[in-house]
Formats: sequence, C-alpha cells, structure tokens
Amino acid sequence: MTAYVIAAVMGVAGGFIAALAGVGGGIIFVPALALVLGLTQVVAEATSLLAIVPVAILGTWQQRRTGDVHLRDAVIIGLGSIITAVLAALVADALPQNVLRMLFAVFMLIIAIRIWRGAERDAGADTRTAPGKP
Amino acid sequence: MLRLVVVGAAGGAMSALFGVGGGVVMVPLMILLCGYNSRAATATSLAAIAIIALWGTVTYGLLGNVNWGLAAVVGIPALLGVVVGVRVRARISAVFISRAFAVVLVASAVLLVISP
Repeated sequence: MTAYVIAAVMGVAGGFIAALAGVGGGIIFVPALALVLGLTQVVAEATSLLAIVPVAILGTWQQRRTGDVHLRDAVIIGLGSIITAVLAALVADALPQNVLRMLFAVFMLIIAIRIWRGAERDAGADTRTAPGKP
Repeated sequence: MLRLVVVGAAGGAMSALFGVGGGVVMVPLMILLCGYNSRAATATSLAAIAIIALWGTVTYGLLGNVNWGLAAVVGIPALLGVVVGVRVRARISAVFISRAFAVVLVASAVLLVISP
C-alpha cells in the first residue's frame, strides 16, 4: 500500500516536472521506479513505458488546437518504430541488469547536459521558452 | 515518408531500450531531416510517442516485465502533474527549472550506479 502511495506522488511529481522541463515522463519515471520502489532496471523501464502512454495522449490533446501536431506524420513515425522497438525491448531484457542500468545512467547524463545547454540558449535569447519547446 | 520512418526507427530503439518516449532523439532528427520547427517537432513527436511506447509495452508485457498496477498508479496521477505543470510553466523561469532538473538527473544517475 505504501508503495502505491509513493508511486502516485512520484507520478504527479514526474508529470509536473516533465511538463515544466518539456521532456517526456520516462527520464523521471525510470529512476524513480528503480530507486524509490526498488524495481529492477528492466521492470522499471517496462512499467515507465506503459505509464508514458496516457501522458503522451494528454499532452497531444492539450496541443491539438495549436496546429503543431501533425497527426499523419506521427502515425507514420509510430508505425516506423515497430521493428526497432521490439528488438530494443528484447535486447534490454537479455542484457545483465547492471549493464542496462549503467547505460541508462549514461543516457541520463547526456540528457542533463542537453537540458543545461538548452537553458543557456534560452537565457541568451532573453525571453522565456515557448510552450512546447524541448 | 522514408525520413519519417527513419525517425520512427531511431525513436523506437531509444524508447524501448531505456523505457522513455524517445523524443530526445526524434525531435532533433525531425528538425534536421523533415524540416520541422522545434515546437511542431516536440508536439508531433509526443503524438508519435503514444504509439511508440505501445510496442515496447507489448513486448515487455509478453516477457513479463511490466508491473501493470504500478504503471497505472504512476501514469494516471502523472496526468494531474502535467496539467498543473503546463499552467505553472508560463509563470516561472524556464532557465532555473531546466538547470535544477539537470542537477536532479545527474544526482539520480549517480545514485542508480552506486545503489545495490
């Protein structure tokens, strides 16, 4: 029960930070599920993927009137991802957990650097980030 | 069309390997290959993520890796966070938030590696 309460709080926090920083929820959900709830890396990733789906749908819905969502292209991209997504899930499942976790940590560092640099650009550009900017 | 499929292939690999949406790799590719601007790339990639995340979820589900209950308990409250986050975003410094977020990510990465 406690785990579910913690998970719900992390969900709210993750969605909040994701919307603020303009990133998807996964980069927050995965470490939260692994560190706080003690899931193995692959279970944390698999669970995060499912949790992302409603967030992505709501985010798309919220931007439906801006004209920025090109639905046809999104469907083509989505269909184009099938083979690599299935293969990558099989690879992640087969990898030793500590290797997968190490790779994920490196991935997080790369994202952190990109976000930091993006902030520098925004500061230089004087005004605030436009909504929807990555 | 082919370029969009390439974007999808790259996004799918990143998404399922790391349990994320894959926007990090798709947004720059959409800008470079498909002539998208930053906002449209972000918005369209988010719509694509709703589909991409499904493939990984189904594969992981068949392998028995998905914790369905926790996914619902995290994913549904996250919607509340997104709604509030979008409203707050307009009012506070994006630079400060981005930097704080970057620091949190680095700290989490270190904790992930050193935790047993």
